[in-house]
Amino acid sequence: MTSSPGRDAFAGEPDAVVDARGLRCPLPVIRLAAHVRSVQGVEVVEVLATDPAARSDIPAWCRLRGQEFLGAVDRRAEGGDHTGGDHTAYRVRVTPVDAPAPTGARPAATPPEGGPGTPGG
Amino acid sequence: MHPQATQTLLAAVEAGWADPRRLYAEARTARRLLDQSREVLAAGVGVRPSEVCFAPDGTAAARLAVDGLRHAARRRGSGMVASAVEHSALLVPARDRANRDPAARLHEVPVDSLGRVRLETFTEALADPAVVVAALQHGNGEVGTLQPVGQAAEAAATAGVPLVVDAQASLGRTTPPEHYDVMVGDARSWGGPGGVGLVLLPERTRWSLPGAVDPDEALTGPTRHTPWVPLVLAAAEAWQQTEAARAAEEREAFALVDRLREAAAAVPDVEVVGDPVERLPHIVTFSALYTDGEALVRALDRRGLAVASGSACTSSTLEPSHVLAAMGVLTHGNLRVTLPLAAVAPERASAVERLAVALPEVVAEVRAELGARNL
Repeated sequence: MTSSPGRDAFAGEPDAVVDARGLRCPLPVIRLAAHVRSVQGVEVVEVLATDPAARSDIPAWCRLRGQEFLGAVDRRAEGGDHTGGDHTAYRVRVTPVDAPAPTGARPAATPPEGGPGTPGG
Repeated sequence: MHPQATQTLLAAVEAGWADPRRLYAEARTARRLLDQSREVLAAGVGVRPSEVCFAPDGTAAARLAVDGLRHAARRRGSGMVASAVEHSALLVPARDRANRDPAARLHEVPVDSLGRVRLETFTEALADPAVVVAALQHGNGEVGTLQPVGQAAEAAATAGVPLVVDAQASLGRTTPPEHYDVMVGDARSWGGPGGVGLVLLPERTRWSLPGAVDPDEALTGPTRHTPWVPLVLAAAEAWQQTEAARAAEEREAFALVDRLREAAAAVPDVEVVGDPVERLPHIVTFSALYTDGEALVRALDRRGLAVASGSACTSSTLEPSHVLAAMGVLTHGNLRVTLPLAAVAPERASAVERLAVALPEVVAEVRAELGARNL
């Protein structure tokens, strides 16, 4: 996937990288959600994943959680890269979960958040 | 399988075992039983007996339906239009052809978030002069959403492109579609046996297969396939039984699915997908955030509840369901419930109730295992 909106989103460096290469669904999304728990302000997170399901699930998670999906690009393994080989990088602009979501970012159909006992949820 | 179809099948092994092409008494009996079965199925879906053709199963029927239309139109082109949520039996060969031959291009028409094809895009794609076949399912076998087949048939007729309607998931469960150029079905959807695919070919449809003419064409029809007579007989018996009970069956299944949709939607972070109203009566799909489909299926299996999943971890290819992906909904933690007919599974209402009750605890259990409780 090398769509143009995806490319624009990859212009600068991300604020944080969540490396979920080699992890199978739903772990890449769980790692991303866990990271978002810890962020202090709005930031751009890059998720690296090899699991094909991430292609659907990271945008779907963004929709369910009112976070902003920026795009995805495929990256080929480079010579001497022993860390993960081919993978896809996804970028998401995240807002801390305890802060109010930007107006209009959260669709009306979003199901109730979290379970009983969800901190701040 | 419908219990009465099972009885018919067993009895037919005695009465209808012979080769219907032969001339001895048992063969003539088999031939008569085959003709009668064809008449029952034809009347059921509203076509002439000669328009009922068979295939080894539903997926083979779907492939044949497209192949015959493409062959008949080979001088005009070889392009195809299909919704992005069609059965893999249609999409996989079409993508493969498109990859090898640019002229055999495939217009894969996107769907909305409920899984319904974008009709305007479908209609626009029909205008491509290279397109010689269009395909749209009646109802989706994974999420249940009904497609606008009537409007699609109208658009296809206007464009002069024959339309294959894939009714593999719907025949016997709801009113069959009326407008199509070829319709595809599988006897299992109405409680019949495996091994009986249907290709309904109205006489006006230009459809042919490459290769020599079958000397037994009068019997086998243009698809050149005659199933084992006891199977067809059982399929016809199942049709009659299922059709006689359909109104009540459809209402009850619809309500049971509503119960499951409610129960699933009440679990935190579970998304129920597909159209809540314009849908097949017996299919429901939902995805639970931060869970994995395989673990959910196993946890329910331990409770004696058999459900399917469209998640990547449960598929042989490790790719998620192309239907869920095309809808843009969550593919992990996916569960799909296909209700059997009440006649096939008399205990289904209590199984639905057990599933509705088990769902919140199973989802919580799997989330806890994955360390994803407070996300």
